[in-house]
Amino acid sequence: MNMTASKIEVCIGSALEYLDLVQIITDCITGFMGFDEDSAQWVGMSVRESVTNAIQHGNRLDQSKKVDILYEVTADHLGILVRDQGKGFRVDDLPNPLDPENLLKPSGRGIFYIRSFMDRVEFKTNEQGGMEVHMLKRVPSN
Amino acid sequence: MKIETRTVGDVKVLDCSGKITLGEGTMVVRNTVRDILQNGGKKIILNLGDVSYIDSSGIGELVSTFTTVINQGGQLKLLNLTKKIHELLQITKLLTVFQVFDNENAAIASFS
Repeated sequence: MNMTASKIEVCIGSALEYLDLVQIITDCITGFMGFDEDSAQWVGMSVRESVTNAIQHGNRLDQSKKVDILYEVTADHLGILVRDQGKGFRVDDLPNPLDPENLLKPSGRGIFYIRSFMDRVEFKTNEQGGMEVHMLKRVPSN
Repeated sequence: MKIETRTVGDVKVLDCSGKITLGEGTMVVRNTVRDILQNGGKKIILNLGDVSYIDSSGIGELVSTFTTVINQGGQLKLLNLTKKIHELLQITKLLTVFQVFDNENAAIASFS
């Protein structure tokens, strides 16, 4: 794709009702960028999982707090930043969902899926204390 | 999220369609299976062939439902996994937990 980089910013309240809206926006962007169906699906799921975590665990459903989703669209990759206004967490402290003792736990797989499906994932605590998830997915070459 | 329940002998087949995501979708699965267990049902098949979307909470709900059924002396099997659900279960090693079928008759026969 021959184009200059673009940034798309979305800011939502901390309500799970926005998840479908974010999903639609992500699907539109991956479709515009020419991602194949499978890649688009995994990007969509990764963004949805990140935003779910930001709303539920970061902002704890506090309606006064926002979640920012920033998409960086370039010719060869899609960068996504999901930022909440919570207290952050240490990603290294999360239990491994593949460990036998965790296999039958009902939760704890979202970040594992994000790491599995995106080409690069970084977790940072921002200056205000909230969590930032930086994700990158390369556009598959034709 | 919608579930149609069929009875084949003493097996309950739950035809799931739509999204199994955080909130409403996961609650529908949980409540439907709970009702079956309360009415004495022990053999349950979740037909996931028409599930259009699932997230990690939906996968978690499948696990939670599985353990609930097992803890009450029942059995739960999965039928007609979509490609996506299959991959999500595979990479989290959950295909080692669930019995999975792509043929309903075979799934029903596996209870006997």
